[in-house]
Amino acid sequence: MGRKLLTEHINVEGIDTFEVYRKHGGYRSVEKALKTMTPDEVVEEVKKSGLRGRGGAGFPTGMKWSFLAKPEGVPRYLVCNADESEPGTFKDRQLMSKLPHLLIEGMITSSYALGANTSYIYIRGELLYVLRILEKAIAEAYANGFLGKNILGSGYDLDLHVHPGGGAYICGEETALLESLEGKRGNPRNKPPFPAVQGLYARPTVVNNVESIAAIPVIVNMTGDEYAKIGVGRSTGTKLISACGHLNKPGIYEIELGVPVEEFIYSDEYCGGIWKGRELKAVVAGGSSVPILPKELILKTAAGENRLMTYESLSDGGFITGTMLGSGGFIAMDETTCIVRNTWNFSRFYHHESCGQCSPCREGTGWLEKVLHRLEYGHGHMEDIDLLVSVAKQIEGNTICPLGEAAAWPVAAAVRHFRDEFEWHVKHPQEATRPGAVYPGKAVLA
Amino acid sequence: MEPTTAPTKPQFSPAAQVEIKRLLTHYPDDRKKSALLPVLHIAQAEFGGWVSPEVQDLVAATLGLQPIEVYEVATFYTMFNLKPVGKHVLEICRTGPCMLRGSDELTAHLERITGAKVGGPASEDGLFTLKEVECLAACGFAPIVQVREKYYEKLDTPEAVDAMLTELRNQVHRPILPWEEVGLPNSLKNN
Repeated sequence: MGRKLLTEHINVEGIDTFEVYRKHGGYRSVEKALKTMTPDEVVEEVKKSGLRGRGGAGFPTGMKWSFLAKPEGVPRYLVCNADESEPGTFKDRQLMSKLPHLLIEGMITSSYALGANTSYIYIRGELLYVLRILEKAIAEAYANGFLGKNILGSGYDLDLHVHPGGGAYICGEETALLESLEGKRGNPRNKPPFPAVQGLYARPTVVNNVESIAAIPVIVNMTGDEYAKIGVGRSTGTKLISACGHLNKPGIYEIELGVPVEEFIYSDEYCGGIWKGRELKAVVAGGSSVPILPKELILKTAAGENRLMTYESLSDGGFITGTMLGSGGFIAMDETTCIVRNTWNFSRFYHHESCGQCSPCREGTGWLEKVLHRLEYGHGHMEDIDLLVSVAKQIEGNTICPLGEAAAWPVAAAVRHFRDEFEWHVKHPQEATRPGAVYPGKAVLA
Repeated sequence: MEPTTAPTKPQFSPAAQVEIKRLLTHYPDDRKKSALLPVLHIAQAEFGGWVSPEVQDLVAATLGLQPIEVYEVATFYTMFNLKPVGKHVLEICRTGPCMLRGSDELTAHLERITGAKVGGPASEDGLFTLKEVECLAACGFAPIVQVREKYYEKLDTPEAVDAMLTELRNQVHRPILPWEEVGLPNSLKNN
């Protein structure tokens, strides 16, 4: 049984209230940081912890913090990215609604480290009911002197607000999020300048995922060095995995990084195996944007080693035989799943969510969707399969933000590992489009 | 029954005005435009579940913006309905993880029993509008429907769907402001 650093008390009755949260050791990191540490010392602990951004990119949080420009007399901001919308990912919703004070505590300690006096939590608009939970918890934090002027007599002031989005996946991209927070369409900005220099209201800004911010109190309390001892290599600490799809026990699991994928899928401590006694066919391990892997490659690397739930192990083999940990959105598919249909579904998602700013993405995602649609519905041609690969290649690297890559990678990987199944749709359209049709062949491993 | 239409000269209720005033304190004085999305949510809840051009104009006037600044935002974000809707808008998640757990079948089932069509007008009794949406971030509890502020989860049996529709049919129709309690989905309640 791994350690639970974030979710240890998640099912304690009343843990969403200040009083109960405080009784279970809540807000200690604020006391420790504000009373005994300088802001730079907090940043140093986060650097030592090796914490990597939990939103999907996995960029070291401490390093991101150290890039923040600090011109004299200019306000700077911390913005929490709670625009959770990567298909397969649903950890932040759970964390915020059950442990709102953990996020607030993290926001206070982090804002202190960065020297921000106003901070925002940008939450996706569909989660207005979670926004209300956060607002209630924020009011409690104000009433108890953990927000507002002169927090705990330290002379440090902080105001914290929650801001709803309006339904747009692209606003999870940090510069689109800032545009949206300014009341505009969520079009990602050209970089540079990076938000660390010109972010919200053109002022220095750090944007961090909910789970990253929630890890800050843990790191400050236990020290960065201790945190770094958990996990494997450069994958330190614990990670929330959102497990969904054809699993016996879908849900949110906090794991110590390093758990073998096989154990995560099949052991009763985690997902309890594949539903209905079926076989596993494929897994999308880090949210819909990362490459899909067939069963054989998600359980073992191409070199035959056990695949672990770490940033490094999941990406072993690059995009030829590997994938990414991403946001931890773990989607399992059983043997009856149609890979063409699933790929078409994801392409439709990216086409729908493209902001339309860059032509390769706006047009390319539409092409991917259309070509996949005709393959799935039995009107495809053999050359469509290479056309998909070609369109994906032309999107990749040619857009302002990574939505282009996010749309291209899943398609390229599906064709790479399941080309035979695509060809089967072209050769046997009647059989492939029959309701309940199951492809009888095998995946391509390399 | 005709869907509710917004009056030609809409006005925010006193409760909404108080809330908007509170929201404006969250942003710097010269950055009132930041309140646009939260105020659009309030407007949609107040005026029958959609934002007519007149309502968008009211939002612009309230925040001191040009109308175009509101139109371009209201049309960008998928949560804002630009046409009249039924009493309840059923937003069915159609993305991968929900599809794996039966969202296509759920959509077909809902079309059959409500008589409404996805993307079409409301059901004849004016009760239900069906809308397909992308990932609602509750994939482990799929398939999911969002109705206004509430998530209905694990709708993979006719009984679960019936329970949702019965709850909605029995709901007294009133504008629900975004900050009112509507109840949490089962997956977020403590055991």
